[in-house]
Amino acid sequence: MSDPVNDFALKIATVNGTGSASANGLLMQSIFRMGVPVSGKNLFPSNIQGLPTWYEIRVSGAGHTSRAEAPDLMVVLNPATQTRDVAEVRAGGWVLHDSSWQLRRDAQRDDVTYLGIPFAELCTERFEGSRARVLLRNIAYLGALAALLDVEVPVLEELITQTYGRKKKLLDSNFEALRLGYDRARDAFHCPLPIRLRRMSANDDAVLIDGNTAAALGCVYAGATVAAWYPITPSTSLVDAFSAFAGQFRKDPDTGRLRVAILQAEDELAAAGMVIGAGWNGARSFTATSGPGISLMGEFIGLAYYAEIPSVFFDIQRTGPSTGMPTRTQQGDLLAVAYASHGDTRHIALFPADPHECFHFAVAAFDLAERYQTPVFVVSDLDIGMNDWVVPRLRWDDAYRPDRGKVLSAAELEAGARFARYLDIDGDGIPHRTLPGVHPRGGYFTRGSGHDSHARYTEDSVAYREVVDRIARKIDGAATAVPEPELVVDDALGAERPATVGVVTIGGCRGAVVEARERLRDHGVVADVLRIRGFPFHPSVRSFLDRYERVFVVEQNRDAQLRTLLVVECGVDPARLEPLLFYGGMPLSWGPVVKGILAALGMADPDAASQPTGAAPAPSPGSTPRLEIARGGA
Amino acid sequence: MSFIRKPRIPLPKSQKNVLGLTRQDYEGAMSTLCAGCGHDSITAAIVEAFWQLDVEPHRVAKLSGIGCSGKTPAYFLGQAHGFNGVHGRMPAVATGAQAANPALTYIGISGDGDSLSIGLGQLCHAIRRNVDMLYVLENNGVYGLTKGQFSASADVGSASKKGEANRQPPIDPVFLALSLGATFVARSFSGDKAQLIPILKAGIAHKGFALVDVISPCVTFNDHEASTKSYRYTRDHHTAVVEADFVPLRGPISAEYGSGDVREVAMHDGSTVRFRKVAEDFDPTRRDRVYRYLRERQDAGEVATGLLFMEPDAPDMHEVLGTVESPLVDLPYETLCPGAEALDSLMEKFR
Repeated sequence: MSDPVNDFALKIATVNGTGSASANGLLMQSIFRMGVPVSGKNLFPSNIQGLPTWYEIRVSGAGHTSRAEAPDLMVVLNPATQTRDVAEVRAGGWVLHDSSWQLRRDAQRDDVTYLGIPFAELCTERFEGSRARVLLRNIAYLGALAALLDVEVPVLEELITQTYGRKKKLLDSNFEALRLGYDRARDAFHCPLPIRLRRMSANDDAVLIDGNTAAALGCVYAGATVAAWYPITPSTSLVDAFSAFAGQFRKDPDTGRLRVAILQAEDELAAAGMVIGAGWNGARSFTATSGPGISLMGEFIGLAYYAEIPSVFFDIQRTGPSTGMPTRTQQGDLLAVAYASHGDTRHIALFPADPHECFHFAVAAFDLAERYQTPVFVVSDLDIGMNDWVVPRLRWDDAYRPDRGKVLSAAELEAGARFARYLDIDGDGIPHRTLPGVHPRGGYFTRGSGHDSHARYTEDSVAYREVVDRIARKIDGAATAVPEPELVVDDALGAERPATVGVVTIGGCRGAVVEARERLRDHGVVADVLRIRGFPFHPSVRSFLDRYERVFVVEQNRDAQLRTLLVVECGVDPARLEPLLFYGGMPLSWGPVVKGILAALGMADPDAASQPTGAAPAPSPGSTPRLEIARGGA
Repeated sequence: MSFIRKPRIPLPKSQKNVLGLTRQDYEGAMSTLCAGCGHDSITAAIVEAFWQLDVEPHRVAKLSGIGCSGKTPAYFLGQAHGFNGVHGRMPAVATGAQAANPALTYIGISGDGDSLSIGLGQLCHAIRRNVDMLYVLENNGVYGLTKGQFSASADVGSASKKGEANRQPPIDPVFLALSLGATFVARSFSGDKAQLIPILKAGIAHKGFALVDVISPCVTFNDHEASTKSYRYTRDHHTAVVEADFVPLRGPISAEYGSGDVREVAMHDGSTVRFRKVAEDFDPTRRDRVYRYLRERQDAGEVATGLLFMEPDAPDMHEVLGTVESPLVDLPYETLCPGAEALDSLMEKFR
């Protein structure tokens, strides 16, 4: 290993419901405050208490955010998973474990270093109360990690003060537990380990935030006033955050009443209906859900598309189909969202890659929904939505004003503006709209049944087609209004660069693909990356596909849904798009991407040597690439 | 098969209300329902109620689900915005619309299939939220557009046109609403405009969810001898347990009900509903007593009608949500966006 300072990964294996998530968050935030780029992945079960849970922290001075490969250090605190946990550590790595109990024989390897501290015993001796002992054990291992990894203790202490500062007793016992673990590690081991931290200043202009919180903030800043939702993992925290921000920013100072309505619906069908009712009435309204909710909302989504009602849907994807794995991530709703509902439908969708984009795309979604009078989807996922990411500080431009689209005012209607709800007056496919209650001349009948350009009921083929053809043109027009794809190419090589392959990807795969691209260079493979950010696809997507002999499509689902969209929407030969699919439910790391591309190019597997060589390979559901070179239809 | 002539509106069309509008200004498109359909009588009563209340037609939002009832909002208040959504989901659309702009008057039209089968959950939750709207359930016991299947309100023993008897117990929207805490519950009959119009007016004025279940015979599929939702059966069995008159805030105090045992209930907006008791031991503000009384009438084979229950001061959805007085759609963007400075200081919490 080259310089392991600020370049390592650790994984903490605990039991959920024991308070370890907070401790792990503190560790992550401490590293962030030391100015070092860091990313964290909380791998939690769909359960309240008692099942295995892991927290992965990757420290990368170079700023890589994708999920780490094999951890350098494993913190083993869950006897139920110790065997597989130990097996995952890279050869030459470290295992910090609670030596109050003996490690099982099958959790012992001779190519890793064991660091045993009796955390449970120490906490039992020092603290009263069983719950307190369990909670403080987390702080104790945090202290040990601080010693082993050179986490600055004052930074940790400041964070603990900010978290528990109001409760003196709690604060004292936390400090004590921290010191307990720290001192014990200093006494027993040679601290710090070669893998360790060194203060940097990479985060001066960064924040540590999860995508759902950032998206909720985007909704607040966009001026959303109605939110309707039904609780579902992993989208719930978006509305929770919106509620909290509403209490902070939307409270009338005089009356204490809210400038927002947050409706917890009876189900996702109702949530969609409420969003549409509010949008029809002129409010910026949204819902947040996940795949199962999108399925239930299907009928209403078709109504909003056909009756042309602005509405914003956040789909925080999780592993499907059906209930699937609710606490695992996936990009399995791409097709479902693009063409949601029966009949001919096609929807505007935005695909953020990180919380920074969640914030800005949330705002963009409301503008697009009102400009195009249609449902707009912000397609995020569990990894982006629920994990903390280091991203550029969110900033706001006070010059922003919402794009309310073509809404006729009372004055325009009074002055005799020509109004026919579904007529293409401007030639862009976007009709004029009126809001209820504004003017007697604005009244019309909104319906999901067949209607003509004047919103009248129709069963006439010509009148029906006039409307649906116009809607198709309208949505086509959005291709240049959605965020353009991100292009990652090697500018240093200039226009004549010898790119071997093109790689198309989407959403949270970004980090892994960009990092894979750098590693591929070491193997002489120059890859240009295009990351889709909006649907319908921007025209530059098609030109990118045409530019390369070989194009890989990296995404997180079994059925190559992005590739299908590219084939269908861009009309390219399916054989030219080679899928690289990762759908086990874990955030993507760069290794499988590199491996997949090299294998397809007939090149050797470069990373065989860096794989764990200890016991049996750990079952790692996220790292099973399914590689197939499509021949003809897929 | 009984034959009922479409009820006639006795007042001249040219008469104007306070706004200078005639009844025609409150009408909509020509009905395409079957001749004699109870729903058309309800439509006429709605026109009359809004005209009498001097509501500006374009300040009304009218919503519906799917089915024969779903078509009817097209037939009244042509200047109002209408919304014909998806089957059984009108309450959700109305809830969202109400949340955004409570300054409009909301009327939802539904049917027994729309409300009691596919949309039962939505109806229940709109009641729970006490969404401020008038909810008219046009109840005929059958699915009309799909040609005569039983609905969930069909009585046990009531037969279809083909003679098949229904054996599943009905869902009664009045009992349902009472048990869910509805704040305004009424039942009427499309053939009894004298009773229906004041109920609709009171329902419009009620600050909260006003459920009006209207028995509305289906002349094509459910108006035969063996039906319990026919014109004849309803005329023979409906009993006005209470007569209610709605006295608007600005209206003159009428002396019509000078005689008898009169009880007045003040509404949220200062209007009054004047109940004339026609039955002993009936108190329209006591949920438990109303429930018990209606059960007794039902056991006696009667369809009790009238404005059956009212709780005028219960908090409506907006009060529970704690939203500001001004409609959310009227709030200037400047009052919604915290601005760059606030974001900047908020970002410190994410460091």
